Amino acid sequence: MTSRPQLIFLACLFLALLAVPFLGSRYLTELAVQVMIFSLLALSLNILVGHIGLVSFGHAAFFAIGGYATAFFLTRWQLPLAAAMPMAVLLAAAFALVIGVLCVRLKAIYFAMLTLAFSMLVWGIIIKWKPVTGGDDGFVGITLPGMLASPQSFYWFVLAVVGASTALMWLLSKSTMGQIFVAIRENETRASFLGVNVRQMQLIGFVLAALFAAIAGSLMAMYLRGMYPQSAFWTQSGHIVISVLLGGVHSFVGPILGASLLYLLEVTIHQYTQYWPLVMGLILLLVVLVLPEGLIELFRKLYARLGRK
Amino acid sequence: MAFLDVTNATKKFGGFIAINDVSFSVEKGARHAIIGPNGAGKTTLFNLISGLILPTTGSIALEGQRLSRMKPHEIVRIGMARSFQKVNVFPRKTAFENVQVALIANRKLQFNPFHAAAGLFGDEIMQLLEQVRLGGDSGRRAGELAHGKQKQLELAVALAAEPKILLLDEPTAGMSIAETLSSIALIRDIVQQRGITLLFTEHDMNVVFEIASTISVLHHGEIIATGLPHEVRANDDVQRIYLGRE
Repeated sequence: MTSRPQLIFLACLFLALLAVPFLGSRYLTELAVQVMIFSLLALSLNILVGHIGLVSFGHAAFFAIGGYATAFFLTRWQLPLAAAMPMAVLLAAAFALVIGVLCVRLKAIYFAMLTLAFSMLVWGIIIKWKPVTGGDDGFVGITLPGMLASPQSFYWFVLAVVGASTALMWLLSKSTMGQIFVAIRENETRASFLGVNVRQMQLIGFVLAALFAAIAGSLMAMYLRGMYPQSAFWTQSGHIVISVLLGGVHSFVGPILGASLLYLLEVTIHQYTQYWPLVMGLILLLVVLVLPEGLIELFRKLYARLGRK
Repeated sequence: MAFLDVTNATKKFGGFIAINDVSFSVEKGARHAIIGPNGAGKTTLFNLISGLILPTTGSIALEGQRLSRMKPHEIVRIGMARSFQKVNVFPRKTAFENVQVALIANRKLQFNPFHAAAGLFGDEIMQLLEQVRLGGDSGRRAGELAHGKQKQLELAVALAAEPKILLLDEPTAGMSIAETLSSIALIRDIVQQRGITLLFTEHDMNVVFEIASTISVLHHGEIIATGLPHEVRANDDVQRIYLGRE
């Protein structure tokens, strides 16, 4: 999809999110916070899946590292947020650098499996390293800075961070680096014969994706006032992959649509039945069979029809 | 030391010897053709030279610098670009964008996440596309272009790497006679104009004798003759095994 309709969509979305706290519903505000965080997480994975063409099944690891590290720095070390959050994000990026070096040597399914293995390793460490992570019970009781204590002020903080991150990822997708990422996805051999070090670019993309996932994790830890081991589990990684596929990988806004719809459906359906995974499976089946390009395809058709009138 | 030196290069795939102890040199500014029947090993030889596969033994050097252990992208960086026998473009990108990514890589802008790509290098890209006669197709997706045009696009992409030596693997494969003739003229003009050394493989004898300044004949993975076009044409072995005359 071309840039303009997507930019218009993002601008409208941002304006709508600006209005949410003024509607006066605490439930709606909290829902919007979670939708924003999951959207950021899905967007971060799409740097890998949509741009570079690498499907990671271990993306949740960086979400979890960002969250746990933020929790630890804020609560145990009593660091100010302005130090704790960047440190947590950099820590996750450092992990991504090490894990990435090993993973980008592999292609396709082998890459996916190795990322999955590393994320389960992270999960295992979280479960076992009780003194730092709280183990099974999770890391509970995060001290939040006073200025973020009210739901209102926290909402503005999340909107600002997610908004800025989204803007950065948008610029990335339109940049010379973004073009080379897409070239690698389209034709790896040709890209290397342009003089591009494919492994190196894949590693850069892997670290950038982890960095934004860690920002999402950091926000989630603060929102929940705690961080839990499930955040690193493979089902969480699968959830992100599904969000991205549901929305559509070949557009910027697709993952936002996918993550939002998936989360809102989950919340709604949970009110009626405990068989949410069954419903999720059916949704996935439907998308793969009917809309292989994702939900964005519906919007594209709609836009094309409007354009013709 | 010549410009490009291939010395005792051998490539085995399991028990099969695809390239057997091949040595030849390409002089600077030459238009050097590798000819040989199908299965002679022309593409394998190209893949060895451009770093896509490693030789089992032997060495390849460009201006005295050993290429044998270098990765393809490193070889491109020291001045060698190539095209492929099977069309190899970015099918979902437009012709314009295909050349653009090549220029981005050439200028090392792939490390900048904030350098906007829209319209970047516009004049230069159009100049390159016009040079390969694709000026009118800049906005079309590469995958939708006719076969001959995709080959021309590949040439533009290779030129964007600003090579000293250009490797073209069957540049006219799959083209009509008319397309072939105009493509040869185009390639010859471009390499002459830019002072690029050309190494190419070709199955069409007319093409070869039209543009080559030197010809090497590859047969069953071995070079059986190298020389000026008229020498090679007169060589008995070549006539027997390749040109099909007794």
